[in-house]
Amino acid sequence: MTSYIIPCLLAFVVLFALGRKTDVYNALVQGAENGLNITFHIVPALIALLTGVSMLRASGALDWFTALLSPAMETIGIPSEVISLMLIRPLSGSGGLAIGAELMAEHGADSTIGRIAAVMLGSSETTFYTVAVYYGAAGIIRTRYTIPAAIIADIAGFFCSALAVYLFFG
Amino acid sequence: MAMAWIFTAMIVISVLFGICNGTMDAVSAAALSGANDAVTLCISLLGVICLWSGVLEVMNQSGLSEKLAALFRPFLRKIFPDAANDPVTLSAISANISANLLGIGNAATPLGIQASKRMARGCNGTASDSLCRFIVLNTASIQLIPATVAGVRAACGAAEPFDILPAVWFSSVLSVAAGLLAARIFQLFWRKDR
Repeated sequence: MTSYIIPCLLAFVVLFALGRKTDVYNALVQGAENGLNITFHIVPALIALLTGVSMLRASGALDWFTALLSPAMETIGIPSEVISLMLIRPLSGSGGLAIGAELMAEHGADSTIGRIAAVMLGSSETTFYTVAVYYGAAGIIRTRYTIPAAIIADIAGFFCSALAVYLFFG
Repeated sequence: MAMAWIFTAMIVISVLFGICNGTMDAVSAAALSGANDAVTLCISLLGVICLWSGVLEVMNQSGLSEKLAALFRPFLRKIFPDAANDPVTLSAISANISANLLGIGNAATPLGIQASKRMARGCNGTASDSLCRFIVLNTASIQLIPATVAGVRAACGAAEPFDILPAVWFSSVLSVAAGLLAARIFQLFWRKDR
């Protein structure tokens, strides 16, 4: 069913535009050129973030934080296996997906750990990447309470992911 | 400034752990490969971002985004009162939110950037309360169909890759609510200039 969404959305947009006598092709090419500029503006922020994440991973710091956080996480019902996912997910989308895929492959997609990893991935965003890209483009230097509020949302989301898996799948 | 602190902390912590664990070889290699990965990732995103920017331009020129914006407008007026009077900002915000709902993150980004640029006008580099809320809304996922994750589940042999949907919605709604509530509370006592 979900494979219908993107093609149908495209067809709907194009038909609607043609119905309104819009030059669909020209508009699309114009917009695509705009996308080129946007992508190039994202590169510097992404270089900074991915450099930091790779270094953290390689140094063993990530493993250490996992060990540090696991007693607290286990008491609120979050298995220690998914801690590395929680640490990386806000920083890197591809990194989060890689760790999540590893967890699902190792423990099974229908296991509790596999499901929690999937729900966490599906219900969260790459928080720091989003903040860096949006504020970087908008020229905002003083971000005020954005990051604390975003982190609260992430923590709530991670906790609710574990809770939801216990609720819906026992 | 917060990103400056986070970035510095990541580098310093990596170096300290590199020294203590004797993993400096790996850290050194990672510093270079991370930058490389960023460029590779951007190149792999380039096609999708360009395509969706094009589709959105079609939506703009045909007046479709204007129609879409009208659907979300009552809700958005409440959350972003100072953006409500500017139709361009409001339509960028509503298109960003509909792209997020559909799970087209790459389409949401250019729209979100456009909206934040307009909201940041005349702010001298300080985020307004509306802008803070907008970014928080974007850092919390409101995706209805997490297609990528379902794809990974299918690859790992899940019996029903999409059976996690109710759990994902439950957790998404609560995390967005927690973020907006936290922003609302911080707004009461956070200084305007920091």
